[in-house]
Amino acid sequence: MNRLTFGARPGDLERVEAMGVKKWIDLQLHPERIPENPVLGTKLRPLDTLTMSTARMLQDYPSPQQVKEMVAGRLPFPEDPDRRMMVDRLAARLKGKVDGDGGQGHTPELATLLDARQLRILRAGTGQEKLDLFGSFPQARQDELLESMGQGMRMQLFAAASPELRRRIQSANGPQSMVVQDLMEAKLLRAVYSNRQLGEVLADFWFNHFNVFIEKGADRYMVTSYERDAIRPHVLGKFEDLLRATAQSPAMLFYLDNWESVGAQSPAGKRRQRGLNENYGRELLELHTLGVDGGYSQKDVAEVARCFTGWTIKQPQRVAEFEFNARMHDGGEKTVLGVRIPAGGGIEDGYRVLDILAHQPATAHFISRKLAMRFVADDPPETLVNRMAATFLKKDGDLRAVLKTMFESPEFWSRGAYRAKMKSPLEMVASALRTLNADVDFTFGLNNQLNQLGEPLYRKAEPTGYSNSGEEWLNSAGLLARMNFSMALVNNKVPGVKVDGAPSAQGITLGSPDFQKK
Amino acid sequence: MTTRRFFLRNSALAMAGAGTVPLWLERALYAADAPSPRKKILVAIFQRGAADGLNIVVPHGEKRYYEMRPTIAVPRPSRGAGREDAAIDLDGFFGLHPALAALKPVWDDGHLAIVHAAGSPDPTRSHFDAQDFMESATPGLKATADGWMNRAMPREAQASAVRAVAMGAVLPRAMRGANAVVAVQNLSDFQVRNAEAASAFRSLYTDSRDPMLNAAGRETFEAVALLQSIEKQRYEPAAGANYPKGRFGDCLRQIARLIKADVGLEMAFADVGGWDHHVNEVGARASEGQLAARLTDFGGSLAAFWTDLGDRRSDVALVTMSEFGRTARENGDRGTDHGHANCMFAMGGGVRGGKVYGRWPGLEQEQLYEARDLALTTDFRDVLGELVRGQSGNRDLSRVFPGYAPRAQGILG
Repeated sequence: MNRLTFGARPGDLERVEAMGVKKWIDLQLHPERIPENPVLGTKLRPLDTLTMSTARMLQDYPSPQQVKEMVAGRLPFPEDPDRRMMVDRLAARLKGKVDGDGGQGHTPELATLLDARQLRILRAGTGQEKLDLFGSFPQARQDELLESMGQGMRMQLFAAASPELRRRIQSANGPQSMVVQDLMEAKLLRAVYSNRQLGEVLADFWFNHFNVFIEKGADRYMVTSYERDAIRPHVLGKFEDLLRATAQSPAMLFYLDNWESVGAQSPAGKRRQRGLNENYGRELLELHTLGVDGGYSQKDVAEVARCFTGWTIKQPQRVAEFEFNARMHDGGEKTVLGVRIPAGGGIEDGYRVLDILAHQPATAHFISRKLAMRFVADDPPETLVNRMAATFLKKDGDLRAVLKTMFESPEFWSRGAYRAKMKSPLEMVASALRTLNADVDFTFGLNNQLNQLGEPLYRKAEPTGYSNSGEEWLNSAGLLARMNFSMALVNNKVPGVKVDGAPSAQGITLGSPDFQKK
Repeated sequence: MTTRRFFLRNSALAMAGAGTVPLWLERALYAADAPSPRKKILVAIFQRGAADGLNIVVPHGEKRYYEMRPTIAVPRPSRGAGREDAAIDLDGFFGLHPALAALKPVWDDGHLAIVHAAGSPDPTRSHFDAQDFMESATPGLKATADGWMNRAMPREAQASAVRAVAMGAVLPRAMRGANAVVAVQNLSDFQVRNAEAASAFRSLYTDSRDPMLNAAGRETFEAVALLQSIEKQRYEPAAGANYPKGRFGDCLRQIARLIKADVGLEMAFADVGGWDHHVNEVGARASEGQLAARLTDFGGSLAAFWTDLGDRRSDVALVTMSEFGRTARENGDRGTDHGHANCMFAMGGGVRGGKVYGRWPGLEQEQLYEARDLALTTDFRDVLGELVRGQSGNRDLSRVFPGYAPRAQGILG
């Protein structure tokens, strides 16, 4: 059960036993049949970027760059009047910066906004006193105050604030940071609260398989849609659909530079000094499908890259949608893994490549092995991998069927596979929270912990993603961080998390060798 | 030195309380009192992401370099009034990227050597594989379980618990293996903050029947005790050692601190990312943009480290590497793609610097590797081998670099 979930909650084991393990697994393989935990819905609701299009986010949560564009008339202002006001304030602040007063020109000193008593409350009052004072001002004044407060004072108010006020406090640090904040928050909340545990484990697995790095430029705004629209809908579907969705996602196109890759002989390539970029082509073969030993050559990499020329992003800073641009496309004939792709295929070249790759035995084996590494052992038995790969090929890459094969295999249930794997930091943190039935109000404290543990969410810079091998996490810095996190958690020292009456002994259990395994 | 050792012993004994002194602690104390505790230290720096060696140590005497990089080349060193964006001449043929100006004095003093056209002979252009091969130091062999730095440490019964330290939250491949190694994010955080819990955890891990967690736990608690003892003092880097703000500078500052604290460090590892410049590698001028920013941090950190070491320089050798170089030609996006050979730096008291080592293969079309990349003339294991032998005293290089016999380049005199 530990391996299909982010850890058991109190009572879960009994419930699974009552239902029967087989039936429970079958249900987990069909998350749409599991009623979702209403608590999760309530906690996710304020995170409004989660349901927005990238274009909308760019408008409603603009970066300084976008604000400048809006002021210059190259981007539309947000329609919502509150948001519009926020943008106006940001613009004024930016203008101050340009005028050389360090951005303070339009940000009044706190002392000019408040009297001595009010200042004293904000500096040294109780959480409730601060909130009451703050709530006594109209919203425009509140926002002004937030901008004039130092980071420390803002964070103190944050700890006491309602979810709605918390968002405004965070927005004052720069609205664009909310997008990433919401994603990280949602990932942890889902891991802890979702009833569709296997679905969440798989979303984590597949995002990591098709890793993108949220801090690479425009990707900041694209990862929300990537996870929601490209990864999540397909984790129990056909591998080829998942592959296509990632290949056409602005996040991946941007992350691996394909959006800028231009066929040398294409109209755009001849006109400007731009050319082929192999980055996506290479990682597609090595990391997404065949695996590094999957039997392809440097020539294949270049040919695949040629096929994907023209797969680009429509106005990344404004629309951020997939677009095929024929003027960037290399229209010539290509050969990929010995398959001839005739000239003039246009966008179809890319589809053809994905189709070829999704049906290679090497892909079936590579994907099966990686899944088995996550769910069974760092070095999974070859018999198991082969059985899964056979299902993959027979069922046209049906990922649910591949998982079913794995869960029904004797190797999955063998003694050797029991607690064979070290939990990843995310698994460790989520399982600790689930074990304690902790109440998670906000997650930046937990996200800081994950940074310490070595797994900052959405921030693995390399396309490899985090290793699925447990050994990755076995080292002194990581172990100490786990022990310290465990003690902080039971002592209610992790901001945003409350546990009821957990004795210190429970912290020792969470930091113990046994709890690090799954 | 005496003061520090005295301090170490007293604080360690105080920590152990009045009870019996644990074996490991005795060992540490013994090490501190031993006649020749000053170990030689090897520091390895990994530039992850494939740094562009051709723009870092610029072959400005090579016409082809400028032809192949029409918009991203570093201009030739200027005569007379210095151009800020020009290469800093080293020997009339090679020059340093202008953002590495901080390293020029180390070069001039003869303590910085460069090996050009060096790297791994494996043809892979995969970051992941190439890093793996460079860290295992067995190019082409994936089955190697451990890393070269771990194998390079001589077996020693009385080694310090912190003889090998890797900066970061995860243990790098180069350091994995049979010898105990600790990963340290930050020296001051390297402890269980609650003392009671610390002792409970210590017994749980040392009693664990999981062999991996047991071993990792033991190493951890031994290292904690040692590092906490030096953490009690405030650290001030030597005068003039201005580490740039950021992770890499922090890592080097902490390594310098460990070296100067004399706790038995022999091997240290740090990595620095952000070198994978497929797009807009260079800004409006060579002295601006992504590569220049990375190099300012990189060179500034190394220079600060060097200054900070003070009289310990003679004990230290530092070597840099990156998994492969980048294409000799710029690509269509003012960047470069994955290539082959690269440059390595070696800095140390015993390093015979002020010289670019390695045969220069040239950049004419027929001289390029696979008609696109700088060809390789020095195997990275030649450089590492010489440094391992000189620093660790380990003469059995065949164990460190299985299947390969490193040829010394004369870098260590």
